[in-house]
Amino acid sequence: MEIDIIVWILQIILVPVTAPLCVGIIRKIKAKLQNRRGAGIFQPYRDLWKLFHKDEVISKDASWIFRCAPYIVFTVTIVVGASIPLFASYSDVTGSGNLLVIIYTLAIGTFFLALAGIDIGGAFGGFGSSREMTMAALAEGGFIFSLLTVGIISGSTDLFAISQNGLIQQGYLLPSTLAFLGLCIVLLAETARFPFDNPATHLELTMIHEAMILEYSGKKLALMEWASANKLLIFIALASNLFFPFGLAQHADSGAVLVALAVFAVKTIIFCLVIALLESFIAKFRFFRLPDLLMIAFIFNVVAIILIH
Amino acid sequence: MIDVIISQIIFIASLLCFTVGGIGALLLRKNDAIANIWSNFFAILASLFGLSFAALAVMSGGDTSFSIGAFSLPFFSLSFHIDQLSAFFIFIISLISLFCSVYAIGYVKHFYKKYDIGVLGFFYNMFILGMLLVASSSNWLFFLVAWEIMSIASYFLVIYDRHDQNNVRAGFLYLIMTHVGTAFIILAALLLYKFTGSFDFASIQSASLLIPAPIKNIIFIFAIIGFGTKSGIIPFHIWLPDAHPAAPSHVSALMSGVMIKTGIYMMIRIFLYMIWPVPVWWGLALLVLGSVSSLLGVLYALTEHDIKRLLAYHSIENIGIILLGLGSALTFLSLGMPSLALLGFTAALFHTLNHAIFKSLLFLGAGSVISQTHTRNMEEYGGLIKYMPYTALFFLIGSMAISALPPFNGFFSEWLTFQSLFAGITLLSFYEKWIFILASGSLAFTGGLALACFVKAFGATFLARPRSSHVSHAKESSLSLRIGMASLALLCLLLGIGSGVMTVVLEGVGKNMAVFKNAASVVSLSGQHIVVGKNFASVSLPLLALFFMVTGGLVIYITKFIINKHQKVENNITWDCGTDLTERMEITATGFSRSIILIFRGILRPSIQHDIQYHDAQSRYLPKSRTVILKVHDVYRYYFYQPLHLAVNAVSSRVKNIQSGNTNAYILYIFIALIITLLSVLWK
Repeated sequence: MEIDIIVWILQIILVPVTAPLCVGIIRKIKAKLQNRRGAGIFQPYRDLWKLFHKDEVISKDASWIFRCAPYIVFTVTIVVGASIPLFASYSDVTGSGNLLVIIYTLAIGTFFLALAGIDIGGAFGGFGSSREMTMAALAEGGFIFSLLTVGIISGSTDLFAISQNGLIQQGYLLPSTLAFLGLCIVLLAETARFPFDNPATHLELTMIHEAMILEYSGKKLALMEWASANKLLIFIALASNLFFPFGLAQHADSGAVLVALAVFAVKTIIFCLVIALLESFIAKFRFFRLPDLLMIAFIFNVVAIILIH
Repeated sequence: MIDVIISQIIFIASLLCFTVGGIGALLLRKNDAIANIWSNFFAILASLFGLSFAALAVMSGGDTSFSIGAFSLPFFSLSFHIDQLSAFFIFIISLISLFCSVYAIGYVKHFYKKYDIGVLGFFYNMFILGMLLVASSSNWLFFLVAWEIMSIASYFLVIYDRHDQNNVRAGFLYLIMTHVGTAFIILAALLLYKFTGSFDFASIQSASLLIPAPIKNIIFIFAIIGFGTKSGIIPFHIWLPDAHPAAPSHVSALMSGVMIKTGIYMMIRIFLYMIWPVPVWWGLALLVLGSVSSLLGVLYALTEHDIKRLLAYHSIENIGIILLGLGSALTFLSLGMPSLALLGFTAALFHTLNHAIFKSLLFLGAGSVISQTHTRNMEEYGGLIKYMPYTALFFLIGSMAISALPPFNGFFSEWLTFQSLFAGITLLSFYEKWIFILASGSLAFTGGLALACFVKAFGATFLARPRSSHVSHAKESSLSLRIGMASLALLCLLLGIGSGVMTVVLEGVGKNMAVFKNAASVVSLSGQHIVVGKNFASVSLPLLALFFMVTGGLVIYITKFIINKHQKVENNITWDCGTDLTERMEITATGFSRSIILIFRGILRPSIQHDIQYHDAQSRYLPKSRTVILKVHDVYRYYFYQPLHLAVNAVSSRVKNIQSGNTNAYILYIFIALIITLLSVLWK
């Protein structure tokens, strides 16, 4: 009973608690690759702490959409983070582990983020929103289909049910690989990483996500930054636990849960490493080349579904 | 009590009220206010009658058949047959017309002194009456009369605002297209009569085995063209984005929300009732049509900056989504998988209801904006959320529902549609599987693009700063408008939360039909969860909504009242890079969707034209004015309708040659015709 409660709480708070660390690790690796010392991996926590204690400036043109958006965007990431397999394949807290529910719940966050970008009436925000929605619309096909591919292989579109089956063992190596590549492309697009967006810049020509949150400050900016870190961890968890579901705790057992947490940490660090390497070795693409990449993600998955007998 | 309501008396009372409302409005046309109140009061009363009748008929599942009067005419009878399917569509019609009529009481006021309110009331009531008759008649000839009442009345409503030449032109296009459609419907009805010897729906159904297979295919194609024109299926849609925006907004809401569904109703009636069983390719054809309509519908919507045209294109998209459900139902049925077919059918019905609700909500919201700003151009809006906060909130709820965001109703019916398509991908093989993959792919992209489109629609209309002086004069709309919109917005949420119950009810509607009699249900309710198949998929919107509210509440509480309680919040101007930030620097509706249009330029064919006028025409240093014209060509008009139009004109000018104007020649024609007739009689 006690272990159940602990697992329950862990499932809810794991994403928001560890997500900033994830961002910190990626930044640290990137710094090392650029021959810099870089800030410590706990720097994102300090940034959040600092932002939470700052005063705020809100535009006179902003409506309640702008004021509410950070809460909605952040809550969405908490809800989704609690609804996907993180370290245990049985801990379905909200009962909403269906792949379409996850995807469309994440879309609520995108919707309000984009509206907030338009709301302040600046020149940056609107264009950020336009770009973000273009990317989100085109990424949707690949996102749904890559999760659907693993769903069809395991005979259920419930993410927890999918994570209970080992995909590779079932002899669907090629379809799973294609679906995984597709999901990785979507991951980069949805979490505003290279080659889609540059998370470290405030240059008007390149920015998408940063342009939308340009007017935020103080607590609201902290929530927005935190939410985007959460989203990164959510996608990493999806990619790692659906395609490499080993190490997940299958039942309530404290040993299994501890091992599972360690395995989850290792998987996440590997993904952070790969993302950091990618960001160090490739350049950001021109905006109108991105649709090709997203279409490739979709077509990979169509091929993957065809390959499943 | 229930018996009385289910009996036809209440339904006839509803029809009578519409008649009284219509004719009374015409008689009282001298006084605008009285005519308005009279027509809408009776429309509300009639809708309430219809609503209570239909709701109980759907719940109790009884069939009602009755005729009014006895006609000595052969074939024709005023015969009604209301099974659960009819009752469900009567429910939708009454529900939407109830809220539209409430809305109309306040909305019509801005037509006072400009136009004749009595005429509006007359056609408005006749229009709804026509739709009710369409959904309940059970005789082809009676049905065609009802269909014409509906079409003609809606034509007059489209051209009601007749001072605008565009509206008259749109109405004319609508009149032509709807009658081309009706011609095909008549042909289909005559073919059915020829082989079954009856115009009565039930008799046709019992004699349907007499229809040979090729004729069935022809009937299918005619029905698709005929009813597809009314529903706005691409490529028969060209009238829809012109005609729906032209009508007064509460009528647009009814046309987009309800009238186009009568086409869907008749498709179900013919394919799944009258001439069942059907070949597999019918279902697949519907899936392809649905995919094309949904994807192209939303793409064209993205190119619009006229708010009502944008919404009209979204109707095409949503009809496509309904067709995806219906198409998968037909496919599964003809492959002998009735349980999955029932799933697709339920999805189609649920989306029909949901779309009726959120689309009419959006049209009413647009109408309330237009009545304040007097323009439909979204580029001239901006910042309306501060002037019309309630309208903005209701429009936001409608936008979220149509973009299929949980926990609103649109999400759940799309979720069900997805499930039936996924089932097709998993179970079918070869080219059927390919078509299901195509369908779910287009549904996935449609969802994403619809989201983008409504960020644009809501953002450009309500957010940022006003882009024209129209906005700064805007005030929140009056109470009756707000009641109409608020009820629909509430329904969006309630149907989302209560989607489990609704699914069971709609499955009941399906099971009432003979084709689904033996279908085991794939959807089951376990606790709060709706489960499809053996744990293939499950969802619980109430739990999700609850979890969301609790977490959201906690987040707000902690950030506001625990961390850094004494934070100072200052209001200041938006970061302007040191220049004066004017409203012309905001993103516009056109600018917002520009990148998507460019990405899909292969389909949308955008064109750009620059015109510059100079002060000094020779040296061209000092430009006086610049114009940029962005256009998106309608591919269908260009490649399908224009060649058709040219061909018809060419044939007509050829045929004209026999009209020589010489009396002797005409007598010769008569003579030849007589001889041919005689010969053909003798031949037999």
